[in-house]
Amino acid sequence: MNRIIKYIIIDILKNKIVLAYTIMLAVLSWSAFGLEDNSTKGLLTLLNIILLTIPLVAILFTTVYIYNSAEFIELLLSQPIARKKIWLSLFIGLSTSFIVSFIIGTGIPLLIYAPFSTGSMMILLGVIISVVFVSIAFLSSILTRDKAKGIGVSIMLWLYFALLFDGIVLFLLFQFSDYPIEKIMVVITALSPVDLARILILLHLDVSAMMGYTGAIFKDFFGTRIGLTISLFLLCIWFVIPFWISLIRFRRKDL
Amino acid sequence: MITIQNISKRFHKLEVLKDIELECNKGECIALIGPNGCGKTTLIKSILGMVIPDSGTIKVNTENIATSFTYRKHIGYMPQIGRYPQNMTIGQIFEMMKEIRQTEGFLDEELIHEFELQPLFEKPMSTLSGGTTQKVSAALAFLFNPDILILDEPTAGLDPLASEILKEKIIKEKNKGKLILITSHLLSELDDLITQLIFMQEGRIEFHQNVEALKSSTGEQKISKAIAFILKNKIGNKDLPTEKKTTIKHNIQ
Repeated sequence: MNRIIKYIIIDILKNKIVLAYTIMLAVLSWSAFGLEDNSTKGLLTLLNIILLTIPLVAILFTTVYIYNSAEFIELLLSQPIARKKIWLSLFIGLSTSFIVSFIIGTGIPLLIYAPFSTGSMMILLGVIISVVFVSIAFLSSILTRDKAKGIGVSIMLWLYFALLFDGIVLFLLFQFSDYPIEKIMVVITALSPVDLARILILLHLDVSAMMGYTGAIFKDFFGTRIGLTISLFLLCIWFVIPFWISLIRFRRKDL
Repeated sequence: MITIQNISKRFHKLEVLKDIELECNKGECIALIGPNGCGKTTLIKSILGMVIPDSGTIKVNTENIATSFTYRKHIGYMPQIGRYPQNMTIGQIFEMMKEIRQTEGFLDEELIHEFELQPLFEKPMSTLSGGTTQKVSAALAFLFNPDILILDEPTAGLDPLASEILKEKIIKEKNKGKLILITSHLLSELDDLITQLIFMQEGRIEFHQNVEALKSSTGEQKISKAIAFILKNKIGNKDLPTEKKTTIKHNIQ
């Protein structure tokens, strides 16, 4: 399996898009910290950039890459290699590339400028978010044979997680502002990996006071050790489940 | 070596394989023929595990292919249309396959030399012509010296010289006692190759016969003529023009 992963990573490196992505992340991160005078402001700027760009690049690149690997997959399938191994190697190859570019691009400035605990928390979340969207891309590309449709599904999913979901949450907050919905809001947050990551960072930065009463409820839940564990666990589910479903489908797929 | 029991496969509404039973043994060279879309390639892909049948079992060397993947190291497969990673060169493809298979045994590079692929090793797959891609496919199928060779339209797209080289290679491997399964439309090409003949139509095996027996029972010397003879007899009317044969056949069934 290691040999297949090696070939996939070499192929991704040859592609150069992941290299450009690393440079882009580095430029954004260094300038976010360079332009703001205090590191908390820099972190907040960076947080928003990260939560928008990582999912977009990860989901689109992965979807297109999987469709373009059809030949490679076909070639390997007639060889004595288990289907599971081929799919898993692709997943590990793509995830590794995104994790490494995130750590090089954003991780280094984070460790230099940000306080250690917040910086490492953000690196951890950036890594998980990268893997989550790689995994979602695996799911959307196995759902349909049609490349254009698959990429369309991926873009829709990104729009949903990056923009629409926040809109829906805001809408609910305004519509039901007379009711005690704070606890339900905590549950709803779990429906989007991006929001889970955002809240975890915000609470870490101690700016939750700005979020009013809801912020206090969030702090009560996510601020505790159990809350933190649960939310990290939920984030992991966000990459395990989509990939697992795609794996089951891939094992039954006709090529 | 290959035992197929009651396999069926449908793609949505289209039933491609209907309850196929087949037994292939060592030393046989089997031609799988039939009209376009009769399920030949699907049958081959089922043996390779690329298409998963809806029901039935396939065994290769007593290993059930639904639960195992190691059986594929005994198979060399040459696809009808070889599809390869476009940004890799021929040399890289061969290197990669050798590294992934990791066979310690003897590598059969005869076809690489015969087809003169070595000077092209630096060429990316995306720049290759259809014929050269076929040569790469053929060389890859024979490379690991497998006991079973599955060749899907091997000579389609090859120039006469290359196709002659490939035919000689097939005969050579057959004489070593390997099982060879070929699909082809060019019946004349098969004459000096095959020992058995399978004729498929609409997802069923119409007949599976020894070539010698077929020739003697029909009194024909050429396989193409023998098949034509059988088909005509099945229909029961020799004098009708070809277009009408199929419709009549349906009526009889």
